[in-house]
Amino acid sequence: MSESKSLRIAYGEALREQGAKNDKIVVCDADLAHATMTHIFADAYPERFFNFGIAEANMVSAAAGLAHSGLIPFVSTFALFGTGRAYEQIRNSIAYVGANVKIACSHSGLCVGEDGGSHQSIEDIALMRVLSNMTIFVPCDAREVAKATEAAIAIDGPVYLRVARPVCPIYTSEDTPFIPGKANVMREGTDVAIFANGLMIGEALKAADMLAEKGISAAVVNFHTVKPLDEETVLEYAGKVKAIVTAEEHSVIGGLNSAVCEVLAGKSNVKYDRVGVEDRFGQSGTPAELFEEYGLTAENIVNKMLALLK
Amino acid sequence: MELAMQKEKARLLRADIVKMLYHAKSGHPGGSLSMLEMLMAIYYNTAKVDPKNPKWEDRDRIVLSKGHSCPAQYAILADLGFFPREDLWTLRKMHSHLQGHPDSRKTPGIDVNSGSLGQGVSIAGGLAMGAKYLKKDYRVFTIIGDGEMQEGQVWEAAESAAKFKLDNLIVMLDHNGLQIDGSNDEVMPVGDPCAKYAAFGFETFCVDGHDIEAIVEAINAPTHGKPKFICCETVKGKGVSFMENQVGWHGKAPNKEQYEQAMKELGVEVDE
Repeated sequence: MSESKSLRIAYGEALREQGAKNDKIVVCDADLAHATMTHIFADAYPERFFNFGIAEANMVSAAAGLAHSGLIPFVSTFALFGTGRAYEQIRNSIAYVGANVKIACSHSGLCVGEDGGSHQSIEDIALMRVLSNMTIFVPCDAREVAKATEAAIAIDGPVYLRVARPVCPIYTSEDTPFIPGKANVMREGTDVAIFANGLMIGEALKAADMLAEKGISAAVVNFHTVKPLDEETVLEYAGKVKAIVTAEEHSVIGGLNSAVCEVLAGKSNVKYDRVGVEDRFGQSGTPAELFEEYGLTAENIVNKMLALLK
Repeated sequence: MELAMQKEKARLLRADIVKMLYHAKSGHPGGSLSMLEMLMAIYYNTAKVDPKNPKWEDRDRIVLSKGHSCPAQYAILADLGFFPREDLWTLRKMHSHLQGHPDSRKTPGIDVNSGSLGQGVSIAGGLAMGAKYLKKDYRVFTIIGDGEMQEGQVWEAAESAAKFKLDNLIVMLDHNGLQIDGSNDEVMPVGDPCAKYAAFGFETFCVDGHDIEAIVEAINAPTHGKPKFICCETVKGKGVSFMENQVGWHGKAPNKEQYEQAMKELGVEVDE
């Protein structure tokens, strides 16, 4: 686990790599190419890169036009502006028609840090999840970002790809499969299960270590695809462990927690709790301070799990 | 079709529009009737389309950004043979391919879903960019409404059309001066559309929106590498006396009496 890499650089490099293989791939950005790292693609293929300026609504709808032309556009900006500002454009220009547009947004969640609550998107997954035809990927490390980018291209339809800002350890291996809609078991466990994705995978693995020290065997399952959710795996664990805790860097409303609850409701009596942002906005701080303040920590996962087992 | 015959065609298409709305019991007559000649200038005089092959790769794209006026487009598509004319009377009904707003997945000849104002003109821009990147020579026509010009997205789209030098994009404005809550000037003045578009970097034209020949001339005029804007001055509800220039006929279907009166004015027999 010594290797670390920026997720957004991985995204830019994945675009460049995929772009070399497929000249139908074009990339749109809204004056944030050096933050979303789409400039890595733009530097390699300037004729296939379109900077729309600070005008997300037009960019998103225009991307639908590019898709209707037979191209595969990736649209990138910060998660809040992509999914929030241009929400209805995504809804009507893209999702409603099933346009083949990939909405790949960086700077999601609290890890944006010092920019503060105005820029910390803790609602993007909820907004995208409610849209029919939308596939949602929340990769956990640079390697998974690359695989998710490739998988998004293989899907003929809209995909939301959430690319977190920071440099973070690489948890998956080259051989780890990335099958849309199929959760990855990162660690097997028999007593309890932690369902997580994105930046919370690291905390979930840490939590599993801490639980192991207490003699509790915890599985860690990576739900890199929030939609369609791997219901089979959710129910499988609900049937064989004593307790489940979900962990996500997102509001507890509308994201992984909600998706898992929707599967479990009426089908399982497993003890259940969640870790996520509890219906409040973010604020300025370092990512580490914010994760602590909002309870996005291994300790919080462990405490919730122990409370369930009492 | 000869231009002289198109006047007669316009009368029959107007009757189809009114009849559709009468059967649908809802919909938007005012804006459908005002932009009819604009669509006729496109479909009968300039655009490359093939009713037998609606998805023909090299066709010109026609995006009705003011999607609520789709009855006019449906009437023309039926006339051109994209689908049977009888389908028109199923407008807005359950399981009809003729949705209340254009749906490219359902209706042959509809290129783009629209109806949420401001989005169609951006999608048209994306199509024009796609054509350039793919080195295709098709043109993209889009019709916007004057109320729609209040949407900020319309101006985002105008900026990018100029930046990306979309000389294959033709933005046409149905300038009838009215919207749901009143006149443009009462609701939110839209100013001088040609001056605005010229300032954004378009080659602009202003024509009588019921003069097909004049519209065609503007469509075919050179733009010197710029995107094109054609302001078409129109009369809302054109062709039906009691609908003309009436705000109340933006989004209302005629009742039986009004339907029969309209048919009489248009010189078309009521056949239910």
